[in-house]
Amino acid sequence: MTSSDVAVRIRDVSHHFGEEGETHYVRALLDTSLDICRGELLCLIGPSGCGKSTLLNVVGGLLRPTAGSVHVGNTPVRGPLPREIAFVFQENALFPWSTVLENVVLGMVFQGVPRGEREQRARRALEAVGLADFAQHYPGQLSGGMRQRAALARALSLETQILLMDEPFGALDEQTRMILGEDLSVLLARTEKTIVFVTHSLGEAVFLADRVAVFSARPGAIKEIISVDEPHPRRPDFVTTEKFGALRNRLYTLLHDEIRKAVVESGQGARTVASHS
Amino acid sequence: MRRKGSTRDRLLSRLVQVAFVGVLLTLWYLATAKWGVSHLLLPNPVRVYDELKDVLGSGEFIPDLRVTLTELAIAFALSSISGVTLGYLLSRSQYAIRVFEPLLAGVYSIPIILFLPLYVLFFGLGPASKIALGTTISFFPIVLNTIAGFGYVDRIYIVAARAMGASDYQLFRWVLLPAALPVILTGLRMGFIVALLSILGSETIASLAGLGHRIVHLAEAMETARMFAYIAFVVVIAASLNVIVTMLEARGRR
Repeated sequence: MTSSDVAVRIRDVSHHFGEEGETHYVRALLDTSLDICRGELLCLIGPSGCGKSTLLNVVGGLLRPTAGSVHVGNTPVRGPLPREIAFVFQENALFPWSTVLENVVLGMVFQGVPRGEREQRARRALEAVGLADFAQHYPGQLSGGMRQRAALARALSLETQILLMDEPFGALDEQTRMILGEDLSVLLARTEKTIVFVTHSLGEAVFLADRVAVFSARPGAIKEIISVDEPHPRRPDFVTTEKFGALRNRLYTLLHDEIRKAVVESGQGARTVASHS
Repeated sequence: MRRKGSTRDRLLSRLVQVAFVGVLLTLWYLATAKWGVSHLLLPNPVRVYDELKDVLGSGEFIPDLRVTLTELAIAFALSSISGVTLGYLLSRSQYAIRVFEPLLAGVYSIPIILFLPLYVLFFGLGPASKIALGTTISFFPIVLNTIAGFGYVDRIYIVAARAMGASDYQLFRWVLLPAALPVILTGLRMGFIVALLSILGSETIASLAGLGHRIVHLAEAMETARMFAYIAFVVVIAASLNVIVTMLEARGRR
């Protein structure tokens, strides 16, 4: 891989919250290095609290790591880079006091898009996610899945090279998730974006990703990277193929030990074991 | 609007409310006309109505109304400007919120009207002491709600705006202000109402003019019917002001 193919270069990134000795001291990330290729969809998967969201926030410039460096292209990341990077958050980060259209337009106001272009670009983005008819609705009037579509439209309208998605479908039910995943695959096949996607769901990771980075339990580090060699857009029946099943099982095996470690560490597992004895 | 019969339900409850007031008025009339309650204690409602017509017709109420409303306007302007400004500044720091919010809430729970003699001592019997008291009392709900409005904006909105490149001004104009506005408006409405109550109340205790002053004056002159007419007048004024600020609040919330 030549350096021009690398969209994001992550080198020896460590991060901890609080100071050593304090009760809330947490080592979230340990010496993580990773190159994210231009145009790929990379999934980060791992047990709860393994630092995958922390890494995403570090890449996006929302969090200064305790150690290590991140470069986007040749620019070192020291804060948000609204022209290169857009976010879709897990929680509903749409402004509830504005309509869907206003939300999308507002993102472009913040980013500095000229006034004349904003509404047209916003409408195009809403069209792309299938929300053209809901431009004048308030987020509170939409279902969870539609709200995440709107959040995606807001991020797409910013026309950044990189899109960071932090469990964007985490709060949705299984069916909505599946449909959104399929639509996302179709939508993103058309763009040349580099995407980092944090998820808990094995199926979602295999279905969407070009590569899946599996995290170890806390302090998080990348344990293994799995390639999903399958062109986009992926057909819904990809889920039923043997290849999908094999990759999913591989991920399951890799994750299972880490999840047990994470659960025991947080004390939940210890109680479960005790109640069985 | 949840159920089919809700329009009928609403109509029915409105009817009960009207009937309740009607029964009260009838009892009042019967007490004075048939049951021999002294008209010094409780004047006949018909006489009160005549007095009210006279008060309104002669325009006698205008100077007192002007005094009270001027006091209210000045007090509310002072408390809303100072309350919103200070509340915003305090809300910028989590430390300041931790230190000052309990302090202000503590002072808010004191019945400040007890300090009226002190205010009269400092500012005299005239409007100045009413303005000072009204400002003090209404300052607290305004500053506390402003802190609550600006200080507890969901962090995700701020993070999202910053990630999209919002400047400090854009963050204030498009995120903090709309997020905080409903809570601040509630504070302003509460402040307005307590300012009105405390100004009317302090006028009845120690004053030279104003609607509260007029009511006490009439009571001392045993002109009970005219006093009742003034009370009714003040109730209507207060209720209309309340309706107006509630409507403004609802409009601001949209």
